Amino acid sequence: MSESSVTKSARKRLTWLGALVVLLAGIIGLGTFTGAGATLAPKLALDLQGGTQIILAPLLEDGATVSEEQLAQAVEIIRQRVDATGVSEASIKTQGNSNIIVEIPGTPDESTLKLIRSSAKLEFRPVILASQGATAATDNSAATPAPAAPSAEPTDASDVNWVSKDIQAAYDALDCTTAFRQPGQVDDPTLPLVTCDTNGYEKYVLGPVEIEGANISDANAGTITTSTGASTNTWAVNLEFDSKGTEQFASVTGRLFPLTEPKNRFAVTLDGYVITAPTTNAVISNGSAQITGSFDRVSSKALADSLKYGSLPIGFEVQSQENISATLGSEQLSSGLLAGAIGLLLVIIYSVFQYRGLAVVTIGSLAVAAILVYLVITLLSWRQGYRLSLAGVAGLIVAIGITADSFIVYFERVRDELRDGRSLGAAVEQGWNRAIRTIIVSGSVSLLAAVVLYLLTVGNVRGFAFTLGLTTLVDLGVAMIFTHPILQLLAKVNFFSSGHPWSGFDAKNLGVTNYIGRGQFRTAKNVPATKAAQASKEAAKRQTIAERKAAEGSATAGESN
Amino acid sequence: MSKFSDFGNDLYTGKRSINFVGRRKVFYIIAVAMVALAVILPIARGGFNFGIEFRGGSEFRVTGVADSSQQIAVDAVHAVEPEANPLVTNVGTDGIRIQTEQLTDVKSEEVRVSLAKAYGVESGAVASSFIGANWGADVTGKALNGLLVFIALAAVLMALYFRTLKMSLAAIIALLHDLVITAGLYGALGFEVTPAAVIGFLTILGYSLYDTVVVFDKIRENTFEVEFSETSTFAEQVNYAINQTLVRSINTSVVAVLPVASILFIGATLLGAGTLRDIALALFIGIIVGTYSTIFIAAPLYSHLREGEAKYKKAAAKVVAAK
Repeated sequence: MSESSVTKSARKRLTWLGALVVLLAGIIGLGTFTGAGATLAPKLALDLQGGTQIILAPLLEDGATVSEEQLAQAVEIIRQRVDATGVSEASIKTQGNSNIIVEIPGTPDESTLKLIRSSAKLEFRPVILASQGATAATDNSAATPAPAAPSAEPTDASDVNWVSKDIQAAYDALDCTTAFRQPGQVDDPTLPLVTCDTNGYEKYVLGPVEIEGANISDANAGTITTSTGASTNTWAVNLEFDSKGTEQFASVTGRLFPLTEPKNRFAVTLDGYVITAPTTNAVISNGSAQITGSFDRVSSKALADSLKYGSLPIGFEVQSQENISATLGSEQLSSGLLAGAIGLLLVIIYSVFQYRGLAVVTIGSLAVAAILVYLVITLLSWRQGYRLSLAGVAGLIVAIGITADSFIVYFERVRDELRDGRSLGAAVEQGWNRAIRTIIVSGSVSLLAAVVLYLLTVGNVRGFAFTLGLTTLVDLGVAMIFTHPILQLLAKVNFFSSGHPWSGFDAKNLGVTNYIGRGQFRTAKNVPATKAAQASKEAAKRQTIAERKAAEGSATAGESN
Repeated sequence: MSKFSDFGNDLYTGKRSINFVGRRKVFYIIAVAMVALAVILPIARGGFNFGIEFRGGSEFRVTGVADSSQQIAVDAVHAVEPEANPLVTNVGTDGIRIQTEQLTDVKSEEVRVSLAKAYGVESGAVASSFIGANWGADVTGKALNGLLVFIALAAVLMALYFRTLKMSLAAIIALLHDLVITAGLYGALGFEVTPAAVIGFLTILGYSLYDTVVVFDKIRENTFEVEFSETSTFAEQVNYAINQTLVRSINTSVVAVLPVASILFIGATLLGAGTLRDIALALFIGIIVGTYSTIFIAAPLYSHLREGEAKYKKAAAKVVAAK
């Protein structure tokens, strides 16, 4: 390659780099100022901006697994619930293949937290027995028309034969004022259930599940309109079923309607607690029911929301809940940035100490890498919802060292070539050809580690792996389109090519005592004989394969295999 | 500076050479002893000191306190839950971390308010978290999975690039050495094992192999067709490669350790226990051990594995005879 074409190609690559930076910055700038939702700084994760993070794990009966669709549906349901409470910018995502992670900025109120945490499973069960919630009140056995013992197999879900001795005993002993359910308890939908309503006013024996909450297509609160269309002041909850639910609800109401109190009631349970247990007033076959009672605007809306969003396909338990105050978050961010700044400064000082003038290239390369990483992260936080976490910041800081390493590998190779007596221009080319292989293969190992960790792990590990992988890629790119071309151009500058003592390429300093000039080879003089042999072997290695084979062939005739 | 660069020049030309390959028995013994200590000491100490993420429980963090006395926290927790057994640590200059057994939502809110009152801060300055006992185990289980997959893939990648399984083998033995020693140091000194420490631990993987690959690439270059050489043996060329890349190894590890050390320093002094300190601590140990093992274990071990091959043995005999 002629001198001018080297310069030309170096300039070309630098131009590409400039174009890339301008393009990325342009996209972000455009996205910000046109109001498309981009920001000039990357968005921060919860541990840096403060907020509440809840990690939910599915509650499964033994051996069961959760499918991707179920998880996606659960995320959708939780999102609807959170949105309904008016919390903005909540992030609800699946993580790994079983967890759901909910992040809410600031400190959410207790009712929002409850709504998210309630590992809700909404079910319709017929009422078999019902009485007041406290045991003391039910000592009067007249209140409970209890059959002595089941006489036969139950024939339908409302059959009193479901009430076995055990269930009767549990029902009698139940005191709704105590914590009678285990947190995260899973009930068998095919068996009866002994439970209380959410207020503890009433306790029940309920039949097996007849309709799943997932079959509710809509629920809303509204005032009752009379048959003439006039609006009254009475609040009610309107319920719509999907086609399967319509069919099931028609058959349930058809069976319950002729029965007597309490067996003409059906209970809606959420997470095992009865949220409402209305009486059936008609056979409803069109899938559209109305629950009336002593509702006001607030209570009817709450019930409607529970009915609409309360039916997670699977139950969840809270695996961890973390609340980070905004002050702690910003303190962590500023400490992280401070640590990064100190780390960067130390690396710069060390590289000036080691590489003198070349440190300019190191600093420049690190600066370019930093700009690219910043732009890519900002872009990803806009387009892909990426959030920079504390672990991510740590990943970025650690990456400073690993990025600088690729320059060290390169500089050391160039120096090696100089020691062999090459001119700076030739050493830069030859050193690059050798260094780039090493940089690519070692970068691949780093990238492999990052990709594997990202794909197979969860939580903070992912955030860290992501930044590490990103910086490795950026590092490879910067080495190719910045560090190498810059060094090619600098090799033309007198300060470096003349081997100024402060250039980092000082021939004397590199031990090239017999350096004559550009392109001139040295002969080893003051090196011990055995070592000289080794050096000549080095030279031998740099012959072409054909040359060397010929030489070897004549020397070791008959012995090479 | 000039001394260090002379050192680099001498190593490059071979004027000065440190015999790493020849003294490998000593290094093997050191490595085996270190690994044995890394296994025995943690057991003797009673196992790892697992963080709250592994034990499960409730954690509170109070920031911006004027009086960072720990007794205030203990009293505040006991006021709400007399049975509790709070573990209080100071975090930085004005922070307090309190860990307790798992509390109910209501109790935990009461403790939060009680702590805020006791330290005279707004209740917003008290962060509370609750961690289920299997959270940390879940993270770690997945991380270990990732570790195994990574080691297998990296071994294949290296075997393909270097065209020999023996380099993969040597590199992975050195990697396991690094992991065991880092883990052992954690266990022996009783450092808290948190998910953040596990992250740092996993990053050692990438770094340790990265460092080994750079040196191995030089070895690959130096030992290329060394079986035809009449001047040097396989082992000599491996040793020469280690020496030639020694300056690079030192510079690299210094440059990698500097930012990690600054995170460690800032993390430990300003923030106290937490993500930054935990990641940095594992990495700090891992980088130093990783650089050491590349030079003293991976490369000599590789030479050990290969110099016995017939073609190298024959060539080496000839070289020795020629001298």
